[in-house]
Amino acid sequence: MSSVISVENLSKKYIIGHQKQERYTTLRDVLTDGAKRFTHKLIHPFVAPVNDPTHEEFWALKDVSFDVQQGDRVGIIGRNGAGKSTLLKILSRITEPTSGKISIKGRVASLLEVGTGFHPELTGRENIYLNGAILGMSKAEIKSKFDEIVAFSEVEKFLDTPVKRYSSGMYVRLAFAVAAHLEPEILIVDEVLAVGDAQFQKKCLGKMQEVGQEGRTVLFVSHNMDAISRLCSRCVYLDHGKVVNIGPTPEVMESYITAGFSHQNAEVIFTGGEDKDVRFISARTVGTDGVPKACFRSDEDIRVIVAYQIKRQLSGVSVGISMLTAEQTLLWNMTDWEEYPELLEKREPGTWTCEWIIPANILKPARYFIACGAANPPNYYHYPDPFAFEISSEGTQRLSYKQFGVKGGPIALKMGVKTEAISGQNNLQEEECNVQ
Amino acid sequence: MSTSQSVLVLEAGRTESHYWRDLWRYRELFFFLAWRDILVRYKQTVIGIVWALGRPLITMMVFTLVFSKLAKLPSEGVPYPILVFAALLPWQFFSSAFSGAGDSLISNAGMISKVYFPRLVIPASAVIVSFVDFLISGIILVGLMIWYGFAPNLRMLTLPLFIFVAFAAAMGAGLWIAALNVKYRDFRIIVPFVVQFGLYVSPVGFSSSIVPEKWRLLYSINPMVGVIDGFRWAILGGDTQLYWPGFMLSLALVLVILITGIIYFRKTEKNFADVI
Repeated sequence: MSSVISVENLSKKYIIGHQKQERYTTLRDVLTDGAKRFTHKLIHPFVAPVNDPTHEEFWALKDVSFDVQQGDRVGIIGRNGAGKSTLLKILSRITEPTSGKISIKGRVASLLEVGTGFHPELTGRENIYLNGAILGMSKAEIKSKFDEIVAFSEVEKFLDTPVKRYSSGMYVRLAFAVAAHLEPEILIVDEVLAVGDAQFQKKCLGKMQEVGQEGRTVLFVSHNMDAISRLCSRCVYLDHGKVVNIGPTPEVMESYITAGFSHQNAEVIFTGGEDKDVRFISARTVGTDGVPKACFRSDEDIRVIVAYQIKRQLSGVSVGISMLTAEQTLLWNMTDWEEYPELLEKREPGTWTCEWIIPANILKPARYFIACGAANPPNYYHYPDPFAFEISSEGTQRLSYKQFGVKGGPIALKMGVKTEAISGQNNLQEEECNVQ
Repeated sequence: MSTSQSVLVLEAGRTESHYWRDLWRYRELFFFLAWRDILVRYKQTVIGIVWALGRPLITMMVFTLVFSKLAKLPSEGVPYPILVFAALLPWQFFSSAFSGAGDSLISNAGMISKVYFPRLVIPASAVIVSFVDFLISGIILVGLMIWYGFAPNLRMLTLPLFIFVAFAAAMGAGLWIAALNVKYRDFRIIVPFVVQFGLYVSPVGFSSSIVPEKWRLLYSINPMVGVIDGFRWAILGGDTQLYWPGFMLSLALVLVILITGIIYFRKTEKNFADVI
């Protein structure tokens, strides 16, 4: 294995203006600043000029180093502002680093946005050629893949219609189709999967998996942990411009998730949401005995007790919790008005608590998250960060969990099984189990 | 994995050795961008490409009326419309290329902040768009020559040379303005002013021979003076004289603008994505 991308001590600095809103300077600013500095020098020749307080240095990346091997599919994760996009921009040569060095072997194609350079007045056909050329394909290459691109995008009928008349879904499908048919040795992708309907997203993810299996290197930034865990073999976890963790996906993702959300506590006090009409105050997970704890046996019910505050009389508001896996996949959610339909009509101001019960023997031994939320779509109230609890393999009914560790799927239901011999000599003893 | 793969090294302040090779690799993008701009300009128009003929024709008629019929300026023995048009061709090419290239980076900001390609492609393709207009307007000149029964002489063969000078002037000025515009939006205001002003200080509506001899060298500080005089010399033939010291000065200035333009553009283009 040889490394195709090697990043050494990469840093990128931006100067951010505090007062001025524009990102560009005007000539007047330069001239007046120059004059100011000049007069300053005349009056105080030996005093260094004071730093301009309206400008501040901001390190989007600081001493980032890592290697990517041939054929690796690397996910880049981190919260907003961690420097992920800056890293991709430098790797795809859109902007240059402030210091540090990157060596790249092979042809790079980057997809930081789908449909870059699409022109609304041009037809679908014309845009395929234009966009292909912008992404670095030659005319011959585009021609040879034209039919494939059109088939993938599913817009055959509208090829000669200007794209300004396309629906946004069609537009995005066409744009992704062109990008998906690039054949670089290294593919850099930034969150383009956040487009299109579920079916098309699946298609995109499949296409990217295909690219990875062909031995090409993929770098993928996303907030979709599910997509990352399916696509990427390794992950780089960035925080505030620094690398926190690098390694196999499950390991890095675990460290990202635990760092990103509230720690595993029996009781969580929420912050924020002071300006919202519904605000969550605290939540705790308790066992059947009423004792708060964060780690539960497989065979015990988990009671989730949430306290929230309502500031004025509201109607149509749901208060609920969502159950999430460690990869932040939603398992289910549940609102309180399913039990109390009258709450949907009217909620009185005051402080309330609500208790949910997660039945025993449903979830497999693993770490889970609970997210509280209140909404009256399209109005969303307080959404605090999810908090974690854990289920141990102690008391599980599933033999496979006890003997081989945790396997397959988030649910630990024990199904009924019935096996019998139809022919042969041995009459297997009939066995029957039921869900408990 | 092939071992022959070249290694690309990205470092601060590094001047990339394969920039020009990259530019060659993206040569098709030039034409695609130029093709896009030409295509888009005449979409949803009724008379389409005829606009490219109409504008210079009408300008020429007005200039002829004002400078020849009203101001009674000398025509050097050629039909005045041809005298005007021989100058209008390079001037319109220059002015549209200059303003097109100046705006090109900002109007393609989305591409610049999302995809890599040699940035030089963008202003260059804007110049190519104007060049296509220039070629179309050239048809009018041929038409005028037939109409007036005006036959050019052998000097016409040198015209490509002057076209090249016009191209260099447009490209050089365009690169400067494009790069400056990214950082200082002031230049967006300066450009229309220069274009409007330039029409009067360049010998478009009149022959530069009406400028007193002692001022002609000074007059040639405007590089377009050399370009326009060159065009007239090549197209009109006959008695038209080229004022050589002035032409050489203009030529030298064009080269200086082009070379410094490329240098400045190359120096600043790496930060375009950050400031645009």
